[in-house]
Amino acid sequence: MAHLSLENRERATRLISLYPKDRSALIPLCHLAQSQDGYLTQEAIQDIADLVGVTPAEVYGTATFYDMLHTEPVGRYVVAICTNIACLLNGAFELLEHAQKRLGVYVGQTTNDGMFTIEEAECLAACDTAPCVQVNHRFFGPLAGESFDALVDNLESGRLDDVVPPHGVLNRVERSVGLTSSAKREAAQ
Amino acid sequence: MTEIDVSDSESLPTVSVTIDGSVFKARPGELIIEAAERAGVFIPRFCYHPRMDSVGFCRMCLVEVSSPRGFSLQPSCFLHVAEGQEVITNSPKARKAQEGVLELLLVNHPLDCPVCDKGGECPLQDQAMAHGPGETRFIEQKRHWPKPIDIGPLVALDRERCIQCARCTRFASEVAGEALIDFAFRGSDIEVAPFALEPFSSYFAGNTVQICPVGALTAHPYRFKSRPWDLEQAESTCEGCAVGCRTVAQSSAGALVRYLGVDVDGVNRSWLCDKGRYGFEAVHASNRLVTPLLNSGEKLEESTWHEALFAAGEAVREALKEHGPSSIAFIGGARLTNEDAFAFVKLAKSVIGTDSTDAQLGDGLPAELVLGLPRATINEATNARVVIVLNQDLREELPVLFLRLRGSVVDGSTDLIDCSSVPTSLSKYATTVRYVPGDLARVAALIAGESNIDAFGLDQGQIESAKTVLSSAGLGADGEGLVIVCGRGDLGESASVAVSAAVTLHRLFPKARFLSALRRSNVHGALDMGLAPGVLPGRVTLEEGGEALVRTWGSVPNERGSDAIGTLESGAQGKIKVLFTLGADVLADVPDRDLAARAFAKIPTVISIATHHDRTTAAASVVLPVAGEGERNGTVTNIEGRVAPTTQKIVPPGVAWPAWMVASEIARMIGSDLGFEDHSAITQEIAAVAPAYHGVNLSLANGDARRAGVVVPVGAVAIDIRSPLLDPIATPGISSVEEQGAPMRLGKTVAAVPSGDARPTTPGGLQVLVRALGAAPVVTAPKPDSYSYRLSVRRTLYDRGTLVQSSSSLAPHHAPFGLRVHPLELARLGVSDGEELMIRSPRLAHRVNVISDASLGRQVVVLGARNEDSGAFGAFDLIDARELVVDVRLESI
Amino acid sequence: MITNAAPIVTRRMGYEDSYTLSRYLETGGYDGLKRALTMSREEVADQVNRASLLGRGGAGFPAGRKWSMLRAAPTSYLVVNGDESEPATFKDHLLIERDPHQIIEGALICAYAIGAAQIFIFCRGEFALGLERLQQACNEAYRIGAIGREIFGSSFSIDLVIHPGAGAYICGEETALLESLEGKRGFPRIKPPFFPAVQGLYGAPTVVNNIETMSNLPWIVLNGGDAFSSLGEGSSAGTRLFALSGRVNRPGWFELEMSKTTFRDLIFDPALGAGVPDGRSLKAFIPGGVSAPWFGPNELDLGLDQDAVGKAGSMLGSGSVVVMDESTCVVRAAWRITRFFHRESCGQCTPCREGGGWLEQILRRIEEGEGREADLDLLMDVCDNIAPGLTWPPQQTTICVLGPSIPSSIASSIRMFRDEYLAHVRERHCPMGGHR
Ligand SMILES: Cc1cc2nc3c(=O)[nH]c(=O)nc-3n(C[C@H](O)[C@H](O)[C@H](O)COP(=O)(O)O)c2cc1C
Ligand code: SF4
Ligand code: FES
Repeated sequence: MAHLSLENRERATRLISLYPKDRSALIPLCHLAQSQDGYLTQEAIQDIADLVGVTPAEVYGTATFYDMLHTEPVGRYVVAICTNIACLLNGAFELLEHAQKRLGVYVGQTTNDGMFTIEEAECLAACDTAPCVQVNHRFFGPLAGESFDALVDNLESGRLDDVVPPHGVLNRVERSVGLTSSAKREAAQ
Repeated sequence: MTEIDVSDSESLPTVSVTIDGSVFKARPGELIIEAAERAGVFIPRFCYHPRMDSVGFCRMCLVEVSSPRGFSLQPSCFLHVAEGQEVITNSPKARKAQEGVLELLLVNHPLDCPVCDKGGECPLQDQAMAHGPGETRFIEQKRHWPKPIDIGPLVALDRERCIQCARCTRFASEVAGEALIDFAFRGSDIEVAPFALEPFSSYFAGNTVQICPVGALTAHPYRFKSRPWDLEQAESTCEGCAVGCRTVAQSSAGALVRYLGVDVDGVNRSWLCDKGRYGFEAVHASNRLVTPLLNSGEKLEESTWHEALFAAGEAVREALKEHGPSSIAFIGGARLTNEDAFAFVKLAKSVIGTDSTDAQLGDGLPAELVLGLPRATINEATNARVVIVLNQDLREELPVLFLRLRGSVVDGSTDLIDCSSVPTSLSKYATTVRYVPGDLARVAALIAGESNIDAFGLDQGQIESAKTVLSSAGLGADGEGLVIVCGRGDLGESASVAVSAAVTLHRLFPKARFLSALRRSNVHGALDMGLAPGVLPGRVTLEEGGEALVRTWGSVPNERGSDAIGTLESGAQGKIKVLFTLGADVLADVPDRDLAARAFAKIPTVISIATHHDRTTAAASVVLPVAGEGERNGTVTNIEGRVAPTTQKIVPPGVAWPAWMVASEIARMIGSDLGFEDHSAITQEIAAVAPAYHGVNLSLANGDARRAGVVVPVGAVAIDIRSPLLDPIATPGISSVEEQGAPMRLGKTVAAVPSGDARPTTPGGLQVLVRALGAAPVVTAPKPDSYSYRLSVRRTLYDRGTLVQSSSSLAPHHAPFGLRVHPLELARLGVSDGEELMIRSPRLAHRVNVISDASLGRQVVVLGARNEDSGAFGAFDLIDARELVVDVRLESI
Repeated sequence: MITNAAPIVTRRMGYEDSYTLSRYLETGGYDGLKRALTMSREEVADQVNRASLLGRGGAGFPAGRKWSMLRAAPTSYLVVNGDESEPATFKDHLLIERDPHQIIEGALICAYAIGAAQIFIFCRGEFALGLERLQQACNEAYRIGAIGREIFGSSFSIDLVIHPGAGAYICGEETALLESLEGKRGFPRIKPPFFPAVQGLYGAPTVVNNIETMSNLPWIVLNGGDAFSSLGEGSSAGTRLFALSGRVNRPGWFELEMSKTTFRDLIFDPALGAGVPDGRSLKAFIPGGVSAPWFGPNELDLGLDQDAVGKAGSMLGSGSVVVMDESTCVVRAAWRITRFFHRESCGQCTPCREGGGWLEQILRRIEEGEGREADLDLLMDVCDNIAPGLTWPPQQTTICVLGPSIPSSIASSIRMFRDEYLAHVRERHCPMGGHR
């Protein structure tokens, strides 16, 4: 449980300044908070609420609409296995079962060591690599039994650390400029 | 009476639409669902609410609507009428869509109607009966949630029953302006949720329960209390405060169990605050007075009406004989009905001959000001270009007026100027001017552009922006289109400051209208009835007399009596022999408690006419129990001067009487007769002898004005008897609403005189008095010395007053007791948040714990009015009624 | 027939480093924008009109016409829809990760043509790499003066923001996308009155166009609208990026000239899908994303043509083709697709919110062998309550077309494979062994 760090508060104000209206930054700020704590803490929800000028109930209500935003803690690695049509036709459910056995938890649960959370994902737009898997939204696939186990080993051993940052870290490339053109925020306000 | 049918008379353009084959002239911009309803076609609906923006979620109101591309199913709650449009609500296709939606709403809805509070008055249940398919085709698993959870102190949510109509969430954000609940999650997982660390504790939470179309939201005060078919009901007026919201009072087995808001356009538009909605519990409180009490020397003992009245009568006769009428005085009466108040005024001013009567307790405004200033209606305020609020936190004082004003500011029709010594609930919607208590009149004069007023110590910038608002709002000449809300929002600031502020604005903006934000339910009615020094029934001065009155009453006092404070002062000097308290806890509620206590010590006979045991009844010699809210019939008058019926639904406890009857009996005891058979006889006499109430007779009160009341003087404002925006779902279980049926949605306005503003223009005696006040120099208080802080004493909705404390649902919610101080000052004093320090006024010194509050000015400290600590110490112990302001010293312990 | 039309949006895919600025510039990057800036706004719009470029997001509305419908107002916006979540669709994903500059250049050209005040590229949140590549490209574009003040020395200035989604299919629907971009729940708006071109982002007129639509613009400006419309046939002009998946030997993306190429070519041509694995035969295929009704072998020879597919009772939609072979259990496939819609329903409309869940449960029961014959009519009737008449294109009782998309798979699969459904009921288990 944590509030946004000073550094992230500055990032937040920069993000807000990119939009004609403050509330537009709500979701980017939720991602920012997740990159700090791995999920949306209640303190972060309060911070975001007063940063964009809505109530915490509205931030909570908005955040829970979206699958990527977690208001409960999750594992360091969220393993999302797509079972939608293209993957289904290529053995996704078999893979999902294998994954649950391998990690010893069911969909939606987190391993005791807090390393892995399994999610059953909807189509991840990588159907040519079906059945496909995302770990913290980095793509892997096609996967089957062994290749999945290998992936888990590599994650556990940290061999993939620079490819797969901890959950919550999404876009590691920061915007290098603010708004420059004459079309200013006031335009919409 | 001339009748005007709005829909015809207002020569509005109309659009003709064909609804189920018949052509109908609709109002431009009207929603199809509304037009259809006025055309007599009721389209089923769940999420649509006439007082909130449509969202088109539930899809129950789908109808076939023609368009260039042919007919298509459209939500009639979202689409506006268009010329030549064809609407079909009953085609097989529309029917199937509607019945399909109904079946789908039921697939996840539990079948627990028998144990559901809503069972029997549930639109979903009714519609299912009406045209749902007989037995269900749904054999799958229903969605499951843990049973009800508390989302706030008063409201519980059963998520299984929720049909995701978003009425409650829209109310919270749109109407109340505090989105403490919102939809969470997605699709069929959607649930209404507050934020975990911030419960749904809103003064208006109860409205969400009333508008919930199913049994998902229930209120603890009513849960499992009754079944709809056991309910009896009567339309009445809320006596929680002076807004006078129209309600339906529902009782079961002789006890009040539920209040619902009725939609009256001029007043509450179906909303209520929780104090009004649940305050009725006080009626059944254990501290109700059930028999007369007599003080047998050292303690109060149960007595009989005969004994008690005899004792009262003897004391009065005695006083009259030995000391004359001026030795007898009346304090209180703001919670009586107009009829009760009138009876006591007749007793005091005609039978006994004393003018010393005062419905207020030194916590209000002089009667001549309230009655003499040009009055605004609530709708005039919400339609005004600019509204100036003079030092009121309306959400705490008159909650539904707050809703109405906030609404008009949010949809941009009104600019607000908030002059207050502390931030208020309207500040964030307003141009604010802050000041130190005592400077209100200066502030008023300055923003109104008065020159040669010293602006020392005030925020120039704020004053300038307020002036800009006034100058740029497009006000008419003399302030036409300006409404000023004035009252006593800060009891630390004496009435003379508030008065000076009001009359100054009246002088500079002669055409501006005023709402006196006095809070007690019927204070305006009581003043109209003459329950104040210097005035007689119907808004006339003693001098003007009113020969009609003298004719019926015989005599009226020829010299002006004294107000509550004056009476207590002469009482303290031993000049008062008999004091009547009329439903008022004088010892607790008079801001200067020290004075009240000294007076009571000297007054030989206090006759207390009351509903509840309180400090004052405990100190009285004679206590006479009377009927309270819901226990008697009559009329009450709200802040705009709207006279509306208050209705008896249950019988008073024990042997309590209606108050007017007590007045008659006391008159009889001293050998006189008020001449009233029943309360309606009084209503008739008021209509006959009280100028401002001419025409407000029984036939009007029980006729055209039955639902919406009538603003006096009649003809001043047309009586709006437009049957309210009907929403059988918004106001479930109000049979009087349902019985009107959809077809009655015809706008209809009745005016006693041909419409238009017929308010008396030639200054009456009161107007003269107000002008005189206006001529006096603007009152200014000296700056506090550098060791002192200036005390601001502000009311909160849930205080330690009798009404709140006697209602079990509200009592727990009063604000914690404490002195609010700016953190930097706390630092200076070396005291930290929550610790104790010593507060010292010329009256006394006492320990208080402090609450750090950065929103305050550094010279201002705040205590809640009637928010005593455990030892019953409160702000009123610090106030000296004769001082302009209260300066206090703070000392660390 | 596979034509030898040169690829347009995928022309850089041969390069490993296609996403880098250097490679982009070497291969004619930003020349389209520079050319556009020498033309008048009207001329640019005119070229796009002549190209008769159909929107690639799914609705297939002509881009030029959409721009021309923009309400005149002091402020208007361009929002690029990169939320790609329609199951089996993965072409925007490709373009975002492999050629982000092309999208940005296209967006700038569009913004110039419509006089937008600001550009937002809404990128599906799950595309972590895509977001990084887009942001990188955005930063670079600012650096070389392609975005920002007085672009390439012209008088045209504009800012561009890369906006991350957060995981909700419905946010691909243009009005839900705008709500989401305003920081709210992705609730689609009711149209009328909330057509983006009239009342879009913050109530201002807004053009919402798909990633692939944008990616075509640099080429169109450089080569002229006529060059584009000379490809393909009739309204289905130019090339289009198709995503092929399911039971095929070579799943993947293929940029093909529209209408001339047929579904049979796409699925069976050795250079493309290369046919169904293990010598099995094709049972059914979905022609344009799971919102589209299914086709059977009879429709294989239809051209990849918007109107032709529409007439045949389905849609080219997002250009994603899913192949099912004889081993596929259609009940299971329909159930999974229905569960997707139920999970992704935003929850506003009763028919979609409740109907989706009900249909999914019925299908699961049938798949698990608990079905009753009456369930088939029940399925059809519940579908009818969401999309009255089960016509094509569908009518709707809902706010957006996600609702009426639910019946697509169910109704078409029941029509084509009633017997297989009944077999599930009679044998009390899945005859395809798909039962788990
Ligand atoms: C449920 C639903 C999901 C959609 N998803 C997408 C999407 O992921 N990407 C997209 O570009 N368009 C999507 N659309 C279509 C958009 O609403 C819109 O038509 C399109 O972005 C317009 O761009 P275009 O004209 O360039 O095709 C979706 C529509 C619906 C109803
Ligand atoms: S159809 Fe479904 S997804 Fe579309 S608005 Fe309605 S509930 Fe939401
Ligand atoms: S959609 Fe019209 S009443 Fe709910």
